[in-house]
Amino acid sequence: MVKAIEAQGIPAVHICTIVPISQTVGANRILPGVAIPYPTGNPYLTRNEEVAMRKKMLLTALKALSENIDSQTIFD
Amino acid sequence: MNKIKYVHYLNQFYGQIGGEDKADQTPFIVPNSVGPGKEIEKLLGDEGEIVATIICGDTYYGDNLQEATDTIIGLLKGLDFDCFIAGPAFNAGRYGMACGSISEAVYKNFNKPAVTSMYHENPGSEIFNKEIYILKSGKSAVSMRKDIDKLVNFSKRLVRDEYIGFPDEEEYIPQGRRINVQMEKTGAVRAVDMLIKKIKGMDFETELPMPVFDRVRPAKGLETISKCTIALVTSGGIVPQGNPDKIESANASKFGKYNIDNVNDFIENEYITVHGGYDPVYALKDPDRVLPLDALKQLELDGFIGKVFKYFYSTVGNTTAVSSAKRFGEEIGQDLRNNNVDGVILTST
Repeated sequence: MVKAIEAQGIPAVHICTIVPISQTVGANRILPGVAIPYPTGNPYLTRNEEVAMRKKMLLTALKALSENIDSQTIFD
Repeated sequence: MNKIKYVHYLNQFYGQIGGEDKADQTPFIVPNSVGPGKEIEKLLGDEGEIVATIICGDTYYGDNLQEATDTIIGLLKGLDFDCFIAGPAFNAGRYGMACGSISEAVYKNFNKPAVTSMYHENPGSEIFNKEIYILKSGKSAVSMRKDIDKLVNFSKRLVRDEYIGFPDEEEYIPQGRRINVQMEKTGAVRAVDMLIKKIKGMDFETELPMPVFDRVRPAKGLETISKCTIALVTSGGIVPQGNPDKIESANASKFGKYNIDNVNDFIENEYITVHGGYDPVYALKDPDRVLPLDALKQLELDGFIGKVFKYFYSTVGNTTAVSSAKRFGEEIGQDLRNNNVDGVILTST
């Protein structure tokens, strides 16, 4: 899906936990997720900490969308 | 002849310790056959036995690829065995990753034959096909008996170091190797034969298939992100309560599009996940853990981005066919373009 969206000229960042799958499928912008059942969360944090972590992750995701890249890139 | 000693790998489900609630199980070893292993032993008869079964939760393996592999290699050190079998994993993504990863590691660490079996669309089959044999299984456990029969026969031949033929005839995932073979006709004659067939419009089989690089050129990066509209898309199955579009929990045939103009946070019970392939407890408690709406809306408020697009898109990426996913992506991408969306954040579980 992420590839088909980017093919239309819209940059798309893939947040996923099993990075090798995303690489094999061919996503261009990859951001490793936290865990399979909660890629953008962490139930062991307090609610405030968790939202702060999510915001931080999204800032990295936005950075991934703003960069000009030539090939598959993992943003950490 | 001595009995062939097998080690078998299973996930929590086939290892009979539980479903998604046990998917976090760390690897452990039992000194006997379990579940599908019983069938393997039945087929082996007097020729072999399973001396140990390794069981590990799919989520634990997927989240900790390296640690899980190292732990299992540690469990197997000092154990006397001749062959390793993993799965079959069918079209289960996390299980396929685990089966491929551990089979490759066993082969490399112990230099013993290792073989697994999965559906050809399972992502594990494309990642681990080079070092080990991955037999092509059916899509689901419906074909269990047939796939186990193939695994047993193939593994016996590996142990006996018998000749293994080409991927098509032996039904394994091609490993990308080139092998010298003697043909009756020279290359020139075969090439002309092919050319004539091609000109006549007949079927012919190339001897050198071109690799398919199904890659997409990266789109241009966004310049002024503070003015951009960003859309959220997920394959993690987040939908409004009641699942209005009846998106299937596995092998989804459609995606949903839902208005979030006046929603700033996915609240428990108002939004749910219908994905059938991971433990939904965390996502049900707070769906933002799978699709981060609350944080993105805050970034909109703080002026980091222009706007959160007023719809989000969702489907279930659980054993869903690659062709379906491609179609969803094309339709979603088209819709996003028509709505002048600048960038996309897509989450997967």
